[in-house]
Amino acid sequence: MDKEYFLTKVLSYWSSLIRKVVFCVLRVGPIPTHIAVIMDGNRRYAKRKLLEEGAGHDAGAMALLNLIIYCYELGVKYITAYAFAIDNFRRKPSEVQKIMDLLKECMTVLAKIAKHHPIKVNFAGNLELLNAELRDEARKLMGATAEYSKFVVTICVCYCCTDDIVHSVEESCREKHYYHSYIGDSHDDDKDDDDKDDERHMIKLVDIEKNMYMAVTPDPDILIRTGDEHRLSNFLQWQTCHSLLASLSTDWPEIGVWHLVKV
Amino acid sequence: MKSQKWSSSKMESERRVLSFFIFKWASCYDALLLMGGDMIVNILLRLTWHLLHVTIHLCYFAINIANALESHLISKGLLRRYKSLHISKLQYLAIVIESEDCRTSNVIELLQWLADLGVKHVCLYDKEGILKKSKDFILEKFDGATLFQENDVLLDQPLMTLEFASFSDGKEAVAKAANVLFMKYLKSGSTSSCQGDQIFTESQMGEALKTVGLCYLSDLLGGNGPEPDLLLVYGPARCHLGFPAWRIRYTEIQHMGPLKSMKYGSLIKAIYKFTMVQQNYGK
Repeated sequence: MDKEYFLTKVLSYWSSLIRKVVFCVLRVGPIPTHIAVIMDGNRRYAKRKLLEEGAGHDAGAMALLNLIIYCYELGVKYITAYAFAIDNFRRKPSEVQKIMDLLKECMTVLAKIAKHHPIKVNFAGNLELLNAELRDEARKLMGATAEYSKFVVTICVCYCCTDDIVHSVEESCREKHYYHSYIGDSHDDDKDDDDKDDERHMIKLVDIEKNMYMAVTPDPDILIRTGDEHRLSNFLQWQTCHSLLASLSTDWPEIGVWHLVKV
Repeated sequence: MKSQKWSSSKMESERRVLSFFIFKWASCYDALLLMGGDMIVNILLRLTWHLLHVTIHLCYFAINIANALESHLISKGLLRRYKSLHISKLQYLAIVIESEDCRTSNVIELLQWLADLGVKHVCLYDKEGILKKSKDFILEKFDGATLFQENDVLLDQPLMTLEFASFSDGKEAVAKAANVLFMKYLKSGSTSSCQGDQIFTESQMGEALKTVGLCYLSDLLGGNGPEPDLLLVYGPARCHLGFPAWRIRYTEIQHMGPLKSMKYGSLIKAIYKFTMVQQNYGK
């Protein structure tokens, strides 16, 4: 037992050292500022490894936490993960509950990491769809880490891009309505001012983009999807106009340093 | 006594001066060693980075050679599994082309290949709108297609229907649709200013997009609206270049390389891979 523990410690030390050397080499060249990931393949991984239902998601959560650490060491500034889509509520209630429980555990781990490293944590999505306890935990963690900016982790929960667009259009309408009702009426009747008012009443692209859930981060440089799938599944198709879309054949829990290096 | 004290203090001061210079020389030497050491480490890191870069390039080069060979075999019909394509599964195909790469001769050849395979509905997209400006020329040169009109019946069309799109049909269209909804919101006299209240739905957004004339294909294509099933990217990188976000929620995206080196075999392989995909739509 002691011998096994010792060997594990030695292996872990050496793999950590090799990883740091590799990251030193990679930092010589350009490093992406923002990496987004679609964590696909947890259930297939569990099926392949003959694990019980839900164990794939445990392994997936572990892989996400490892990736956050790798990105932090590599010097990536933003990492965004698609943890739970609105469409995922159609899964079995037991699976949905398992994912929610995992989310809570991840929040606890991230809160502990944030005490020692300046990591900002955001939760992007329609948080009103979460239960009150999770929603409060998420808001508490966001509040506690709001002042950090060196490394930003965004977890997309109850998110889908079309819902994000509708939400931002709603917010833009509310803003313009407020302006129209309370501020617009106090302007002069001069024709030139009327034209300017008309422009101010119009919703512009910049209004929509600033009201999106994902307005907290810049557009991703790379979007990685695992599980050998080649679609966006309603994730960041607005923000990935100029992003490299990378598809990895490996399942999400098996993602490692070398996949990151290859991408 | 005094001379002894003086000589010992002189020796002490000389010792101090000497040790000062030795220290200075040593720290300069250390600094030089550090700088030299840093330079050596930097050079080693750069060499290793370039070596890694070359290794990965060689791997991708080998993969590209293998893909080109496979594509050649598919074109010749030598690979059995690509002989029968279930083309009916591909109801709507989108093609994204890098604007700098937009050669109409290549585009027409690609459309001919798609027509031969039996693809009925195609959307051609490039960011700058070059294809949109050349649509009359393309339709003139390519006999097998018509421009899609909004109220056309799409099923069992003898000719391919072509749609042309650009960046202005994406984000800017959503801004226009937002203004349509805003006008309806103002007219309805709704005073909901509570953050939690939902005032629009996704279907209302979809209808607004149709109103601004940018969602041509409707539920006639199978219930999900004008969303391409497959999007082929012809360009240097796998990137959708701003294709309307509302329409590529569940679209399979395949990268085909630059348009000038397009291959018939690669096209068949991409369509074949699409027909083998199973989607859960989040379930």
